[in-house]
Amino acid sequence: MSDMEEVEGPEGSGAPVPPHRVIGTPPPTPRLLGSGADDGGAADGHGAEVEPAEEKLPEVSDYPAHASNAEKIVAFCFVLAFIAGCGFIAAYIGLEVGSVDSVFRSNLALGLSLSVALVGLGFGALIWVRQLMPDVEMVEERHELRSSDADREAFDEYFVEGTAASQFVKRPMVRRTLLLATLPLAAIPIVVLRDMGPLPGTSLRHTVWSPGRRLLVYGTNQPITPAEFSAPGQSITIVPEGYTDDLDVLAKATVTLIKFRPGELQIPTVSNGGTLIGTMNWTVDNIVAYSRICTHVGCPVGLYEQTTHHLLCPCHQSTFDASTGATVIFGPAPRPLPQLPLTTDAQGYLVAKSDFTQPVGPSFWERG
Amino acid sequence: MSDTIDVPKALSGTGSWLDDRFHGARGLRVLMRKVFPDHWSFMLGEIALWSFVILLLTGTFLALFFVPSSAPVVYHGSYVKLNGLTMSQAYASTLNISFDVRAGLLMRQIHHWAADLFMAALIIHMLRIFFTGAYRKPREVNWLIGIGLFTLGLLEGLFGYSLPDDQLSGAGLRIFEGVLQGIPIVGTYLSFFLFGGPYPGDIIIPRLYIVHVLLIPGLILALITAHLFIMVHQKHTQMPGLGRTERNVVGQPFFPYFIAKGTAWFFFIFAALALLATFAQINPIWLYGPYSPVQISSASQPDFYMGILEGSLRMMPAWEWNFLGHTISFSVLIPFAVPLTVVLGGAAFWPFFEQWATGDRSYHNVLDRPRNAPIRTATGMAAVVFYGVLWAEGANDVIADYTQIPLYTVTWIARVLIFVGPAIAFYVTRRICIGLQRKDRELLEHGLETGIIRQLPDGEFIEVHRPLDEEERAPLEAKKVPALMPAPGSEDENGVPAPQAHGALGRARAIANRAFAETITLETNGHGNGHGNGHGPPEEHAEIGPGELPESSIPHSDPLLWHPHEEPPEQS
Amino acid sequence: MGWINARRRRPVVGYAALLLGLVIVGLLYGALTRTSAQAAPTTAQQDIANGRALFEATCSSCHGLDAQGTSQAPSLIGAGAAAVYFQMSTGRMPAKEVGAENARGPVKFTEQEILDIAAYIQSIGGGPPIPTAEQVSTEGANTALGSQLFMANCAQCHGFAGDGGALTYGKFAPAMTQATPTQIYTAMLTGPEAMPVFADGALTPSAKRDIIAYITETRVEPNPGGLSLGRVGPVTEGLVIFLGGMGVLVLIAMWLTAKRREPWDVAQEENAREARTAGTSGTSGTEH
Repeated sequence: MSDMEEVEGPEGSGAPVPPHRVIGTPPPTPRLLGSGADDGGAADGHGAEVEPAEEKLPEVSDYPAHASNAEKIVAFCFVLAFIAGCGFIAAYIGLEVGSVDSVFRSNLALGLSLSVALVGLGFGALIWVRQLMPDVEMVEERHELRSSDADREAFDEYFVEGTAASQFVKRPMVRRTLLLATLPLAAIPIVVLRDMGPLPGTSLRHTVWSPGRRLLVYGTNQPITPAEFSAPGQSITIVPEGYTDDLDVLAKATVTLIKFRPGELQIPTVSNGGTLIGTMNWTVDNIVAYSRICTHVGCPVGLYEQTTHHLLCPCHQSTFDASTGATVIFGPAPRPLPQLPLTTDAQGYLVAKSDFTQPVGPSFWERG
Repeated sequence: MSDTIDVPKALSGTGSWLDDRFHGARGLRVLMRKVFPDHWSFMLGEIALWSFVILLLTGTFLALFFVPSSAPVVYHGSYVKLNGLTMSQAYASTLNISFDVRAGLLMRQIHHWAADLFMAALIIHMLRIFFTGAYRKPREVNWLIGIGLFTLGLLEGLFGYSLPDDQLSGAGLRIFEGVLQGIPIVGTYLSFFLFGGPYPGDIIIPRLYIVHVLLIPGLILALITAHLFIMVHQKHTQMPGLGRTERNVVGQPFFPYFIAKGTAWFFFIFAALALLATFAQINPIWLYGPYSPVQISSASQPDFYMGILEGSLRMMPAWEWNFLGHTISFSVLIPFAVPLTVVLGGAAFWPFFEQWATGDRSYHNVLDRPRNAPIRTATGMAAVVFYGVLWAEGANDVIADYTQIPLYTVTWIARVLIFVGPAIAFYVTRRICIGLQRKDRELLEHGLETGIIRQLPDGEFIEVHRPLDEEERAPLEAKKVPALMPAPGSEDENGVPAPQAHGALGRARAIANRAFAETITLETNGHGNGHGNGHGPPEEHAEIGPGELPESSIPHSDPLLWHPHEEPPEQS
Repeated sequence: MGWINARRRRPVVGYAALLLGLVIVGLLYGALTRTSAQAAPTTAQQDIANGRALFEATCSSCHGLDAQGTSQAPSLIGAGAAAVYFQMSTGRMPAKEVGAENARGPVKFTEQEILDIAAYIQSIGGGPPIPTAEQVSTEGANTALGSQLFMANCAQCHGFAGDGGALTYGKFAPAMTQATPTQIYTAMLTGPEAMPVFADGALTPSAKRDIIAYITETRVEPNPGGLSLGRVGPVTEGLVIFLGGMGVLVLIAMWLTAKRREPWDVAQEENAREARTAGTSGTSGTEH
């Protein structure tokens, strides 16, 4: 029954086959359902799928000579792992951090020692399993997943009895008022989230740009005159005066300033509904300002190609033609970049004439 | 009891104490001998499992040092290049972990590589489950749990790499907000509620933090527990082979074999991650700089598992509707909704679709070889190509830079491939599967080529074939042919009309059923006349390929000759 | 390869070993080869007359005898010495052909000749001059500000680490691994080809120094986490995790679960024993 059989290869195949121990069943042929040999108690819901310890796992390695070699290899791997593990601790204690170079060294030392330790353990365990543990193949019966009809009936019975005893079905007023009572409690977890944030209101429609607000160069925070921005083909990142460190404001209000050669800038006068949204009157000296926030999903559109006068958004490659009012020429952006009306103030610095005349940035439901 | 060892006293003492209180011996006895089938592809899910454990360990370390706050701070630390820069505390604390905490950078890198490995392993694991049909009854619920785990992993990774508040992940958050904002009716509210006001606000980092370290890991742990429990309770599936039936599991016992292999596997996975963390830099946030909505870089991609969303955003042409004071931007909504719904929704739906199409409601504990289910495999490959094209498009500027293909051309290629690619993949895969089935049939009929050449008396050379032995035959013969359901409008011998075959849905079902039932029959009636025996399914004829000798030319009398079609002669 | 395969059931291991060897060699090569940097220009006396002679000999065929431009090349009036220095010291000029853009290439003139030509162009049309050594010196520069300016104005084309990127219609923003401080300065000042101009009025000389300091520091900065993987970001990281991580782990899984066979020498012995007892009757073949 549970012998250690040597299964031979097919007749005349000429190839040696390793000893093949099969535990739990006779030679592997498909078992028939309900056959007499099916004594794993499969019908029993508590399913002792395995017969109480009559078959034994072999205790000895398959090839003892090789196993003792393998044992040495495994031991070597584990010793190496030990040394590497100690190395990790030594490197942790001994190596400082605090600069890019020292972190490089520390990371290399710690990482290498940890890796060697883990590889040693893994490799040792692998050789242990494959060379030291005897090769076995075991067969286990699957128990029926479907419960027996008797069990199912019993379940149904208990369920019906219990429901009847609970009066749940017989007393509709109790049932319905229970449901009623739980409804607000179920809604409360949603309701109390209300203060997670303010209502958007109209805040998405406006930025901080207002008449007379100066344009400052991002980073240096200096205002700029048209004379300082006179070389054709220039482009620079602009932030509004007074809000140079406010990220919430900058996420909507930053602007790209571009200088064109005379005659190159040809912005048509465009209105949407009754609102003017683009015109040459908003430029100063062939200098134009567009919102830097892409109308697709809001990345800054910073990439200006001087030769083609295209503004390219690096996130999803929406491309806008800066010479014609930032019209979309490729990519997923649905609308041109809004143009910021420009003029100069008394000191000659570039300032906004007013806020943008349309909401900047990605589209939203209430945009209009 | 064993001859050589006894249970040590300490162990038996503790064991009895516990068993007195917990009735453990019986369950543990069963568990110790529980059989786990052995195949390399069954270890893929474990990669994800151990990666998750490593994520928990390294994540705990990182959480001891990370400050989840957007409050601005002027940096004066070890990374001197950025001294004097105003940045969030989250970013500054991440710089601190990287440059001022010993083993900090190593832990950060192991953590991030483990997250990538978790997702990569899940994808390969899900593909293995799909292509071998392991999602079939009784394992549909586990399949759905797995899809849930994948989705949670996606979100967990997205929120996790956004925590350091660096330029790259901040750009990703910006895109996330822009997409959220574009959802009809509720978009702006969702955005303002999540970010606590206008973007970026100062509360998003702490909120993502609690979702990342508490909420989602809790859900993932619960689902993993359910996933494993179901798998152990239902027992693992097994590859077709000798002695493997629907009613048994053949493999090695849990104790000590599976434990030993699992432990070795854990160490190897951890070692792989440690090696990556030592030699491959990941997420160098110091090079990206702290986030500002004014700044952006080229080659801004999310981590690879978000790649298909990024790719679909890049691929989509501009499309927007304005009406009655409202705007819907399809160039944002379609990329947001369609690819993941197609891939994950389709995956979730597939087991039920396959049941409907094949009418197969039996239990399946033995796996299919992918070639034996051509429609399933072809659909899976089409989905892989669909996913892959979107994923590659997500890296379109990097691809353009490295291959010198113009930027827009890459996008146009992707726009065409997204439709053409899956169709071609489906067709080609199906043909390959059928071809492999033919090869299997040929193997059963003719045996394996031995490389031994014999010369026949009339001068002709033949190659000697060795018939397959029992173990080699078993997987081939275990192939199951899905049954063909009665055609719509047909009646059986008693005049009873075929059920569930009415209307357009019934006709669709019949078409699907025919496609699923198509197979190369394995009837090896020796001489390969190959016309089957009237099972009905529209089978392909397994034409015999070149090498078939006309029977008349072989003298059968020579005992040393073995005709490829006959059983091998008895050895003397 | 034979001895690896002889003991293994799966031929894939031989291929994996070969691939591993190739990868290691490739990594070693990458690690051991370095690109050399170019020296900064000297401010020796420039000879305008020599510059003119060189210009007429080499550049006028495209740019016109008076540098007024032709259909093939733009006018250089007002381009300034800075533009000439940038284009010629990076080897972009003289251009071999008119394409989508010119890439950095071998420099065809000596430093002095370039300065001479630059001086000549400056003399006939004016324009931005070549910056002085102080102007491009990075001593005391504010790299933090430089990082902000770089990320806002440069990174969207050149990448966050200055490794270059793709533009439209086949153009590319080059990597800045080899550019000298003067070349970076003059590029910003003159806006070569598709690059926008960053004149001193908007991006002050101090700001330019900060950007140059940021670029030069970043490109020599070691990668403390290991190999940089190209400093491209998650794209290469994703490739590494699939091909490297998952690939290696799958191979190990195959090893862990492979069917156990008899050790080599035991199998040889049995083969020998079989051959002795079986005689010379024909066998029906060997196992694969």
